[in-house]
Amino acid sequence: MSRLAANARVVRALGMRSVRQTFRRPQLIAPIIVFPTLLLAIQTGGAGGAINLPGFPEVQGFLQFMLAGAMMQSLMLAGNSGGIALAVDIEMGFTDRLFASPIPRFAIVLGRLAGTAALGCFAALWFLAIGLIFGAEIESGVAGALLAIVLVTATAMAVGGIGAAIALRTGSASVVQGLFPLVLVVLFLSSAFFPQELMIEPAKTIAEYNPLSFVVEGIREPIISGIDARATLEAVLAILGIVALGLGLSARALRHRLRVG
Amino acid sequence: MPAISAEGLERAFGELKAVQGIDLGVEEGEIYGFLGPNGAGKTTTVRMLTTLLLPTGGRATVAGHDVVSAARAVRGSIGVALQEAALDPLMTGRELIRLQATLQGIPGAEGRRRADSLLERVDLADAADRRVGTYSGGMQRRLDLAAALVHEPRVLFLDEPTTGLDPVSRKTIWDEVRALNDAGTTVFLTTQYLEEADQLADRVAIIDSGRIVAEGTPDSLKAEFGNPHIAVQIADGGVADAEEACRRLGPLLPPTDARTVAVEVESGAADIPRVVRALDEAGVAVESLELVRPTLDDVFVAKTGHHLLEEEDEAEEEQVGK
Repeated sequence: MSRLAANARVVRALGMRSVRQTFRRPQLIAPIIVFPTLLLAIQTGGAGGAINLPGFPEVQGFLQFMLAGAMMQSLMLAGNSGGIALAVDIEMGFTDRLFASPIPRFAIVLGRLAGTAALGCFAALWFLAIGLIFGAEIESGVAGALLAIVLVTATAMAVGGIGAAIALRTGSASVVQGLFPLVLVVLFLSSAFFPQELMIEPAKTIAEYNPLSFVVEGIREPIISGIDARATLEAVLAILGIVALGLGLSARALRHRLRVG
Repeated sequence: MPAISAEGLERAFGELKAVQGIDLGVEEGEIYGFLGPNGAGKTTTVRMLTTLLLPTGGRATVAGHDVVSAARAVRGSIGVALQEAALDPLMTGRELIRLQATLQGIPGAEGRRRADSLLERVDLADAADRRVGTYSGGMQRRLDLAAALVHEPRVLFLDEPTTGLDPVSRKTIWDEVRALNDAGTTVFLTTQYLEEADQLADRVAIIDSGRIVAEGTPDSLKAEFGNPHIAVQIADGGVADAEEACRRLGPLLPPTDARTVAVEVESGAADIPRVVRALDEAGVAVESLELVRPTLDDVFVAKTGHHLLEEEDEAEEEQVGK
């Protein structure tokens, strides 16, 4: 077996463990699936009339508009949960088992991110299924659904990198858990739950430059209208930026942890 | 070539010097006991030798590989069971061993075969598909040991493998360590239990405040602190006659109480009949008789000025408290 294949096998095994761990710990899976589903139901039921506001994008219904926001919330919390789980591993010494094994140490981070990506993919499928069950249409069909799934999966991994970096740096699950409200603030300051055009200042300007807005529009466009090359490209660039930031911070935090033991 | 060697190994955390220039050499196939109280530097030393912590001074090799420049080669040659069993309570025992096999680069089918075999060996086959969080402390330590063995390492590091375990679980771990050693595995064992070091180790290093203060076989270390003695508790009125009878057999030691006579002997158990005969001939009525050998605690006291046994008791209480 080549070195690359062996390392890929390790990343896959650690990713599978990460997914199992999330599904076996209710406090990790609840924020990823249960909370965003509840919020989606409440917002769709309570604020559905918003689609009639002047300037609201042309959509089939509020649920169709909200699907991208629910996916974003889910993947952001998947990244946060991944960070919490990694911090728990550090606290209970499980990472020592991994660090004492003859594997590239960054594979430990990549394994965790692979798990977070898988959870992001699951979240995308979950919310697309909910949308279809409750009558929302995917305007660009199967290709658009696949594009949304790919973007959500990639963003989950990117955001997970930031969660992993904080976990590695602090080694404290409570610190990572404490970022939960911040995740929601950052999300609300994007176009995840409300069209940017209808926001008021300064939220409107913040949302305009918030990378998450680019990602959410990249996911939303194929659902509410059709695949838009520009929106997709902007989303991909934003994701690459978050990936670079997350992996860079993770690599640095990992080096710090190995140095201080 | 020694299985483990260290020269001037140091580790500082800011101003605190946790390990202060340790030299040691562990031969292939040896069980090397690293004995010391909490905070002595045992775990820090193990973490450096297992590449989990960078030394701040000196050098060390394990299985012929430098722990800094060839850390990955070291990690491929060692098995590690750390002080706090590093287990995920949400995994099953079988999942954990299979994951460990993957981490060690063992192909899938072979990894599954070894997992089954190891779980059988440590008597966890019936609990293999239960989550680790439901295991007792002894079961968790046995699982941790099994995980450390999945790639048949040349050198096994066990950091306080029996701390907090009941006597039965402790003996099970001891038996397994002996069996591994009989099969040729070098074992580096840290412990704060005198009996554990005495029973298991071929050689013992005593560490205190980050320095090795004594090293040798348990018997040679104890022999430095005099011969064994026989303590005889005398029935009322016979102490003077007993002292007279025993004085002819060897030097008397200061009495611990008014009814005990203690005489130093050379061989130990073989001297008991001589003492009994002498007392019988002197017409002394004996209530009890005990052979007392120097312990590693005596060695520890002589080298450090304080008892390891007190630390041992505190450690036990701490575990019970947890």
